[in-house]
Amino acid sequence: MLKYHFDWSIVTSGKYFDWLVSGLKITLELSSVSIVLAFLLGLLIAVMRMSHIKPIRFIASAYLEFFRNTPLLVQIFFWYFGSYKILPTAVNDWLNSTNFEFAAAVIALTIYTSAFIAEDIRSGILSIPKEQMEAARSAGFSFLRSMQYIILPQAVRITVPPLVNQFLNLAKNSSLAMTIGVMELTYQARQVESYTFKGFEAFTAATLVYLVISVSITWAVHVYDRRVLNPQKAG
Amino acid sequence: MDEFLNFQVIADNFTYFMIGRYPKGPLGGLGLTLYLAVVSCILSMFGGLILGLLSISKKRWVRWPSVVFINAVRGLPLLMVIFWMYFLLPALLGRTVPESRTVIFGLTLFTSAYMSQIVRAGIEGIPRGQTEAALSTGLKHWQAMIYIVLPQGLRNMIPSFVNQFVSLIKDTSLAFIVGVSELTHVGTQINNRTMAYPTEIFIFIAAVYFVICYAFTSLSRLLERKLSVGSSA
Repeated sequence: MLKYHFDWSIVTSGKYFDWLVSGLKITLELSSVSIVLAFLLGLLIAVMRMSHIKPIRFIASAYLEFFRNTPLLVQIFFWYFGSYKILPTAVNDWLNSTNFEFAAAVIALTIYTSAFIAEDIRSGILSIPKEQMEAARSAGFSFLRSMQYIILPQAVRITVPPLVNQFLNLAKNSSLAMTIGVMELTYQARQVESYTFKGFEAFTAATLVYLVISVSITWAVHVYDRRVLNPQKAG
Repeated sequence: MDEFLNFQVIADNFTYFMIGRYPKGPLGGLGLTLYLAVVSCILSMFGGLILGLLSISKKRWVRWPSVVFINAVRGLPLLMVIFWMYFLLPALLGRTVPESRTVIFGLTLFTSAYMSQIVRAGIEGIPRGQTEAALSTGLKHWQAMIYIVLPQGLRNMIPSFVNQFVSLIKDTSLAFIVGVSELTHVGTQINNRTMAYPTEIFIFIAAVYFVICYAFTSLSRLLERKLSVGSSA
């Protein structure tokens, strides 16, 4: 074993502590913005997958399969390095005027996660008895209106736990944004390591933060399941 | 720029994308990606089996630590696990560890935690009567698990194992971070050298991953249908 002198003070106060806190802020910001956008996009894709029009169904499936079966890191690199050639000039100008690293990470995380969320929502929709749809249609609602007023409100309720878990995945996946220079938690932990050579302390601190996030989210899902979805199980 | 997209850069570097400098130099590109994925997959199947069995042990002092370990690993980003390996392994072993081995360790540890959940679900899916019958013939609990329950459960686990393999292929792209020259790393290398074709390069790389991952995803679905037919009888 190498001799190693522990110095926990560097991660509990002072400059490096502030770095880690600012990293955590960016991680949470990145995940929160992306989960909202990914939910909306996922909802759209899920409804498109259930459409009666074949080309729409096909586009939705192709979208799902493509983005689920490619590494997130490659998608991040594509949006960061390569998207300028396929995006309209106006969009490029706007992206360059913002914090582009952050924007590229949001785009990549949103699209990647939406492909998973769409499947969660779809299984939520499929779990609603199909008589509900038939009843809505026979009452004169169109397909989209039946979805909007009858099916989705019920489906989303069941979909909450998998969605919250997707938020957890997002928080973890957002660590990949460090590769394009987004200063989130993992980036800052590594930064602290290279400034102080106290890698063990820096990574322990970041690890604990990730674990607090995941334990609290898992716990929240558990409570939701007990209180809202299966109150009869609670003793 | 004359054309919209120019894929000549892919054709020029095709061998490098596929196998790196092999056979004159080390294996790289897609070849290394698959090597990392296959080796880590085999190792994590064993890791997952062991962790999965430990996590349903009757003995509390065995079950508890393994459940905590599994959930801790599952709560972390893979990138974090790889960084841990990156500087813990040399400290623990007292010597330097090649980057590709660091990545294999990291991927194995990470994936084992996920595989253990598959193993546990597979075992819990076997009717309790099987365990009871095994115990009443005089087998010990762990013998009943290993000889009676596990072999039946494995069948149901296969599709999920294939899905994990797909995740692994995607996850090997993180080896890029510690400088292992797998497919994603080769892509960024060629991108840095040629400068003008990032769009073409990353579209191509995404397509390569997609073809392989989609093939295995489809295989997993096929297996799920095939294997579930007989097992209900």
